[in-house]
Amino acid sequence: MGRHWRHLRYVMGENPITLFAFSLFFGLVLVAIFGPGLAPYDPLASDAANTLKPPSGAHLFGTDDLGRDVFSRVVVSTRLDLAISVAAVSLSFAFGSLAGGCAGYFGGAVDRMVGRFVDTIMAFPLFVLAMGIVSALGNTVENIVYATAIINFPFYARVARAEASARRGAGYIEAARLSGNGHGRILLFHLGPNILPPMMVQISLNMGYAILNAAGLSFIGLGVRPPAAEWGIMVAEGAKFIVSGEWWLAIFPGAALMLAVLCFNLLGDGLRDLFDPRTRT
Amino acid sequence: MRSGTLTLIGRRLLQAAPAVMGIIVVTFVLTRALPGDPAVFFAGPTADAQSIAQIRKSLGLDKSWPEQFWIYLRDLARGDLGKAVSTGQPVLHELATRLPASLELTLLGLLFAAAAAIPLGVLAATRPGSWVDHLCRLLVTAGVSLPTFFTGLFLVYIFYFLLGAAPAPLGRLHIALVEPARVTGFFLIDSLLARDFEVFRSALAQLALPASTLGIFALAPLARMTRAAMLGVLSSDFIRTARAGGLTSWTVLWVYAFRNAMLPVLTTLGMVFSFLLGANVLVEKVFAWPGIGSFALEALVASDYAAVQGFVLAMALMYVALNLVIDVLYTLIDPRVGVEG
Repeated sequence: MGRHWRHLRYVMGENPITLFAFSLFFGLVLVAIFGPGLAPYDPLASDAANTLKPPSGAHLFGTDDLGRDVFSRVVVSTRLDLAISVAAVSLSFAFGSLAGGCAGYFGGAVDRMVGRFVDTIMAFPLFVLAMGIVSALGNTVENIVYATAIINFPFYARVARAEASARRGAGYIEAARLSGNGHGRILLFHLGPNILPPMMVQISLNMGYAILNAAGLSFIGLGVRPPAAEWGIMVAEGAKFIVSGEWWLAIFPGAALMLAVLCFNLLGDGLRDLFDPRTRT
Repeated sequence: MRSGTLTLIGRRLLQAAPAVMGIIVVTFVLTRALPGDPAVFFAGPTADAQSIAQIRKSLGLDKSWPEQFWIYLRDLARGDLGKAVSTGQPVLHELATRLPASLELTLLGLLFAAAAAIPLGVLAATRPGSWVDHLCRLLVTAGVSLPTFFTGLFLVYIFYFLLGAAPAPLGRLHIALVEPARVTGFFLIDSLLARDFEVFRSALAQLALPASTLGIFALAPLARMTRAAMLGVLSSDFIRTARAGGLTSWTVLWVYAFRNAMLPVLTTLGMVFSFLLGANVLVEKVFAWPGIGSFALEALVASDYAAVQGFVLAMALMYVALNLVIDVLYTLIDPRVGVEG
């Protein structure tokens, strides 16, 4: 453990951007947890006397067309946006690594079946498939999570398959089999921990895309319903005020979204450096 | 053209068949996965039991799944995707009339991205650690993190509201102008054919912001891949040999290295297209662009089922076709692909 810690500190010292990404990540998590406590105003309370006010001391990010405080809404949204993408990514990770791991470990018919399934998903433009899934399953937040999970499934299945298939003939797997472990046990306790690092990198690289995708779906009016505070829907609601110059309605939630995605993308690059120094650019 | 190449192209076409079959099965399952009873849904809120039964029969929902699938296939073969509730027109007709608007936007966006990303990637690879390299890395990181709809709105604020340089983000032409006579459906080409330069200028002005929005989005993966591929090729043996043989650095870079580096970039193009077709929907919403994306959005809002599924099917088939074209191009550009087959 000490060795890993030293390596972590070395990578952080080497690359201030990764350090920045890690701090941003902890900041986001804190805001997601304590969001409603940090918001100075009720994110849903409208105030007819203070509509469309530009950013000021009282309202850091200004107010929207109903007089709601944009800053409070942006802060409170963090939890919902992160929750949707964390749930979606966990689902794709769980099913993707299971299916991909089995495909790589057993090969043969299992491999072909998983491969065909993954190819079918990848034959669609992914965002369009997500739109189709949400419209078929119904316009709810849970279905946004399922749709995002389905379109991200191929990425995890592919990584897990490649890693498992490269290790299926390794000495420690043979040894585990010889000492009488079943397939399930080998997959879970011998192969699993070994394919975890590349999967972790995949998670953080994929997380940004999942957030973008979920926000895109709510931007076009799927999933999260007004008046709920969510970054995508806030940008959509603020969009009609851009042409008349009330920029703060759309730009602040959009910037928060961008910052979150940027954070996970940088984090993914940083983690990749940490686990696989060879691919460092 | 060698007959080997033709066989190879034929084999690629055959390989696309399972993907097309998969797409058709998925869209069929999606149409049948409607929450609740589709017949009740299509009949509307005021329907009684008898009219629901009638609609169930007319939709073929009283038949078994394999039978329904067969009917679905038969309708598809005839190009029958159902009728759009909002306009009463056949879905296929709606998609066909709106497709040129989306294609014009997407292709221009891609052109813009390629024109910016490829030189940038090449320059970054030839001068690692220089300011161009840092600029490239910054753009690549920012590009993948920017939500397309946010970029679009940001550009509208800067160029329409603050600078007044761009026209209002409302459609393909200035309201006072008349659409050019329809030949290709691409306003830029049609207006030139009609020698109507005012329309051409207006169409170009309307296209500038949405196309740049898409371009910024597509720029990142292309620049990243160009840089990586170029770095890989430049450090290979045949480049060293070419340099040692006394070729000018220009010849080495553009004739020897560039052509080889373009192969992986071409492969990335497929993935970029997948993202672009999705991003297109968002950009069309921001700029009120009358393409198939905004048609799908109107249909989504109205829960117009046949229209959404027709849109998903059309986009997926288009994506398969694009990948096929890229594969064929690859086969034509890279002679090694033929040798291993």
